[in-house]
Amino acid sequence: MGIDTTVIWAVIIFFAVFMYVLLDGFDLGIGLLFPFTPKKNDRDTMMNTVAPVWDGNETWLVLGGEGLLAAFPVAYSIILSGLYLPLIFMLVGLVFRGVAFEFRFKAKEHERHLWDKAFIGGSVVASFFQGVALGAFLDGITVSGRSYAGGPLDWIAPFPLLAGLGVMIAYTLLGATWLVMKTEGELHARMVQVARPLALLLLAAIVVISIWTPWRDPAVAARWFSFPNILFLAPVPVLVLVFIVLLLRALAGQGDNLPHRVPFVAALALIFLGYSGMAISIWPHIVPPAISIWEAASPPSSQGFALVGTLFILPIILMYTAWSYWVFRGKVKADAGYH
Amino acid sequence: MFGLAALDLARVQFAFTMSFHILFPAITIGMASYLVVLELCWLRSKRQVYVDLYHYWLKIFAVTFGMGVVSGIVMAYQIGTNWSYLSEFAGSIMGPILSYEVLTAFFLEAGFLGVMLFGWTRVGPGLHFAATCAVAVGTLISSTWILAANSWMQTPRGYAIEGGRMVPSDWLAIVFNPSFPYRLLHMVIAAYLTTALIVGASGAWQLLKRRDNPAVRKMLSMAMWMVLIVAPIQAVVGDFHGLNTLEHQPAKLAAMEGHWENEGDKAIPLLLFGIPDMEQERTKFAVGIPYLGSIILTHSWSGQIPGLKEFPREDRPNSLIVFWSFRLMVGLGLLMIALGAWSLWLRRGGRLWTKRPFLRFALWMGPAGLVAILAGWTTTEVGRQPWVVYGVLRTADAVSPHGAGSLALTLALFVVAYLFVFGTGTVYLLRMMRKGPQRFELHRPPQGGPGEQRTPMRPLSAADVGNDDDAAPDGAAPSNDQHGG
Repeated sequence: MGIDTTVIWAVIIFFAVFMYVLLDGFDLGIGLLFPFTPKKNDRDTMMNTVAPVWDGNETWLVLGGEGLLAAFPVAYSIILSGLYLPLIFMLVGLVFRGVAFEFRFKAKEHERHLWDKAFIGGSVVASFFQGVALGAFLDGITVSGRSYAGGPLDWIAPFPLLAGLGVMIAYTLLGATWLVMKTEGELHARMVQVARPLALLLLAAIVVISIWTPWRDPAVAARWFSFPNILFLAPVPVLVLVFIVLLLRALAGQGDNLPHRVPFVAALALIFLGYSGMAISIWPHIVPPAISIWEAASPPSSQGFALVGTLFILPIILMYTAWSYWVFRGKVKADAGYH
Repeated sequence: MFGLAALDLARVQFAFTMSFHILFPAITIGMASYLVVLELCWLRSKRQVYVDLYHYWLKIFAVTFGMGVVSGIVMAYQIGTNWSYLSEFAGSIMGPILSYEVLTAFFLEAGFLGVMLFGWTRVGPGLHFAATCAVAVGTLISSTWILAANSWMQTPRGYAIEGGRMVPSDWLAIVFNPSFPYRLLHMVIAAYLTTALIVGASGAWQLLKRRDNPAVRKMLSMAMWMVLIVAPIQAVVGDFHGLNTLEHQPAKLAAMEGHWENEGDKAIPLLLFGIPDMEQERTKFAVGIPYLGSIILTHSWSGQIPGLKEFPREDRPNSLIVFWSFRLMVGLGLLMIALGAWSLWLRRGGRLWTKRPFLRFALWMGPAGLVAILAGWTTTEVGRQPWVVYGVLRTADAVSPHGAGSLALTLALFVVAYLFVFGTGTVYLLRMMRKGPQRFELHRPPQGGPGEQRTPMRPLSAADVGNDDDAAPDGAAPSNDQHGG
């Protein structure tokens, strides 16, 4: 045979969650940037840059969840009950944030601030608890047999809370560089200003997490620092530095020669590197530290049935998603006035 | 909390989030198809009334869709958070079905929704119509998968149990399980009816307020045709669905009828009223029509159905709830049929738009579809208890190992958040509906292909500016063409 559907499924779920982090990352980042842009006009513009696409962005989260249920039901069951409270908080945050897109423009003038707050609060809660969930997941989930055996508050620990902040920083940077690309004038200039310290903050977060993870977990240390792995993996930190430098230079050179999309692309690359680094650290576990992808896998008849459609449909989805971004490409005007 | 066990809290939480969620897709399934019809009529006839109605309902669709998306994301995770044993035990079967729903429906809807809402001036009319169709088809594909999953849990087929979990053995049998076609048809028709009733009520309200114009007349007329044709069809489909339930979930049917035991081969009456008592094992104060139960349920004069006493006590669904939720649904269905018939009668002589008692009836029937869906959903879901996978896995064994404290906290959180968010959303929807259809001015920029830098657009919300201009002049006629529905 030679084809291991379980590995293919692990890659698909890795990809779905990655797409989610990238895409919903920048639109959650817009909510995180709202407090720094109090002007109503700017806020309208910021919303407008993502209004046509945010719904599709969030769908990747649903694919991640249902794909996990299809291919790794044991992992779905353990992870979702283990991370119960952070995930529910995240979902409630997403509810508030999601409706703000529509409600903000439907509210009467004196109610609008309410939906601005819902948008900010929802984005903060959703981003922070996504990070907490990620951190708690990497921290290791207590399992006995096939069920979660930890407590409801296990996620209240330094590493998950730090990861929550890290994810907020990453999303804010993605949002800021997205707006550098999509806006002009005063808002554009302000986003350039905001993005610079954010890039440095993200670098700091990456450094802390990169030291902390191997320091606490010898298995991760062994994976990264043993020979010959170190040769293959060395490019990851090197590339992180390269893209940080590129990002900072592109931000400094705005207005000169570099196109406005460079900072956003550099930020995407940074997220990709950080995310891949984590995947390398936990492979082949799907519920670290105990359960491997093969132990959590659904039967071949399930994986195969779902795989046929996924491999066929995913490319089509990517095509029309790209088309939809293309339809709405270009700067969103600051004076996208409404009457 | 209040002495409720974790299981009860998990069930209440699931029922609460599910009941909210189901209302939004029910509206968007019907409304997406309605928008397709409106845009098609506009493309073919170029009559202003259709483009006015399209944009009026598009905004309402957008808000409803948004609420459906956010409440739906919660549902995608609730199966794992609240029912982790179910996900482990049956995930190998439910997971692939739900994944197909995401891949073939959710992405399609989300991908084209942006173009549908904001692309009016960015793509050509043909492409825009294609986007509307893609969204509508997406809603129907989504119903197909989700009802396949739900029906499979009600009438499971095509599986084996190996190593303590369910393993698929025949995917065709799983998807096309015995109750799937009836449930799918019943639900999609319910969605169409619900939309028609809302559109009709909106038109009726405008007419009662003496805002008579061609767009309002057109939407009332279209909605009433829909109710007239579809409500009776729904009754027939419901009857077939009932026969299917009798065959595959007899305990549910006995509970729906409040029927405890057969007395020889005496014909079964159809109970109109009664209070099923689960303790005393009888239906108190029963008022019934002789023979009708046998006729409707078995299509014969003295056919018998199993009574609740034939099932062990621990396998009986709660008859009191199911009995009454079922009657509520059927009662509303009969009123819908009456509404359709009345509308047909009034069309003679064009009294459809002026007969005020009828308009008031149509207005009050506006939410009837939503109420009937909740009642029907309660009937089918409470009726399958105590099973989550019928006959295979009990609800009590499917629950996640959370403490009551965590569940009480999250339940309180959902209740507060949902009441606030969706309560406000409903207020906004009603405000938008109150405004009525406005004349839509087409500002297609003079030149440039799709995506070229265009004139500034209004903020990308599907809804217009807020509701500050509530004082829209009464009786303003948005459509100035000559056609009146």
